[in-house]
Amino acid sequence: MNKLVKNSIRFILFILIQVFFLLEIKPLHQFIVPYVYFLYILWLPYNTPRMSLTMIGFIFGLTLDYFTKSPGLHAAPCILIAYLRPFLINILIRQEGSELNYRSPSITSMGFAPYATYIIILTIVHNGYLVFLEWLHFGSFLYFIGKVLATTGVSILLIFLTELLFFRKEKFRTNTA
Amino acid sequence: MLLGFGILNFKNPFVRNIFLFIRRYFNFLFFVILQVVALSFLFRYNRFHEAAFMGVASEVTGRVSERYTNVEYYFHLKRTNEALVKENERLNNLLPENFAPRDTSSRIVLDSVKIDSLEEYRRYRYYPARVVESFVALQTNYIMIHRGSSQGIKKDMGVISSQGIVGRVVNVSENYSTAMIVLNRQFKANAKLKKGGERGSIEWDGKDPNYVFLKDIPKSAGVTKGDTVITSELSSIFPPNIMVGTVNAIINNKSSNFYTLQLRTSTNFYSVFYVYVIEDLHREERKLILEATKNTQ
Repeated sequence: MNKLVKNSIRFILFILIQVFFLLEIKPLHQFIVPYVYFLYILWLPYNTPRMSLTMIGFIFGLTLDYFTKSPGLHAAPCILIAYLRPFLINILIRQEGSELNYRSPSITSMGFAPYATYIIILTIVHNGYLVFLEWLHFGSFLYFIGKVLATTGVSILLIFLTELLFFRKEKFRTNTA
Repeated sequence: MLLGFGILNFKNPFVRNIFLFIRRYFNFLFFVILQVVALSFLFRYNRFHEAAFMGVASEVTGRVSERYTNVEYYFHLKRTNEALVKENERLNNLLPENFAPRDTSSRIVLDSVKIDSLEEYRRYRYYPARVVESFVALQTNYIMIHRGSSQGIKKDMGVISSQGIVGRVVNVSENYSTAMIVLNRQFKANAKLKKGGERGSIEWDGKDPNYVFLKDIPKSAGVTKGDTVITSELSSIFPPNIMVGTVNAIINNKSSNFYTLQLRTSTNFYSVFYVYVIEDLHREERKLILEATKNTQ
């Protein structure tokens, strides 16, 4: 499938699942808000230019914000993780040229441990920044710490489930193609 | 790489260097610009509830959500019907036909008054609306309703359901409007105890979506668990005597003379599908005189 079409469909699906499914769930606890939508940014192809990566992060976050009526609250963390993504991939990539052989970050293309590190760090950054912005308006320090930990835990669990359910086949690309 | 500001060589103050800097760190600058834009959206919205493209965006998100709720409605029809029947029953009981004068031989006759001062005028007008989107999982929760400026909805109108208060309209587009619900950290409304009439303000602490708090109730008030709390006459958005909730717990702060009451909300925010938007026909007048009073100080 065309890369653009595939990513556009993913964009819509991630937003719809986050808005109409995950945010509709009755809150189990005030600390637990299930977020998984930002996985879209983590799944974008390696060769996305850095500037458009940041721009996609902004548009993606803002789309969710217009649904939840909180313009900027999700956009700001999305821009941050979209900006940090290339640096992290540069550090974590297993061998030279892996980003040329595979399309996008996944367990097959990066290896389990680097990919898990990549997911965990960006999840913490995203949720930390998101809760920090909420905390600026209201809340105590305990609220901040508790919510970052709880949301990150739930997010990582959800991402793990998503990875298991929607296993992405990564073809090894050669230079001949 | 991330923050190498050393490139600004101040010994060669040429404009070229600035351009080189911009070109080299374009990604970083672009990131900073977008962050500033996003944060300005956020802080502006939290203060004034105005945001760029909010009108256009709510038309689009409203239409998407409407599709979704159209499906969801079928699963809630039973509950909606029950609520409507209950409300009809309450309203039917209020009809003047239900009441007969005690003494049929006597009549109230008005004399000498040319202007009928007993005639009532309309103070509040109700508009029905359907909820197309609602959240309770966040700290700032909003609902979106399928009525907008072309149907007469304006900013700061009150929103109630058949069970009790719901929220306040904060943003209006052509066919949709968004309302901040009681379960929003920024929501405030005036309410009173039905029994004694002591007034306080309604707030939510962001923790449990089943409970809100009524603050500043004097300790002299005789409050017991289960007492009803209704909107007060001071409220600028709701008509008086609309149900807010029932007292679930009394929090006794020993350092002050006031109780904080934990209320169980009468409205079930998970299953509110039809609401009424209330227009206060005296609102403009109230606002004008309030502003005039402020200006004299």
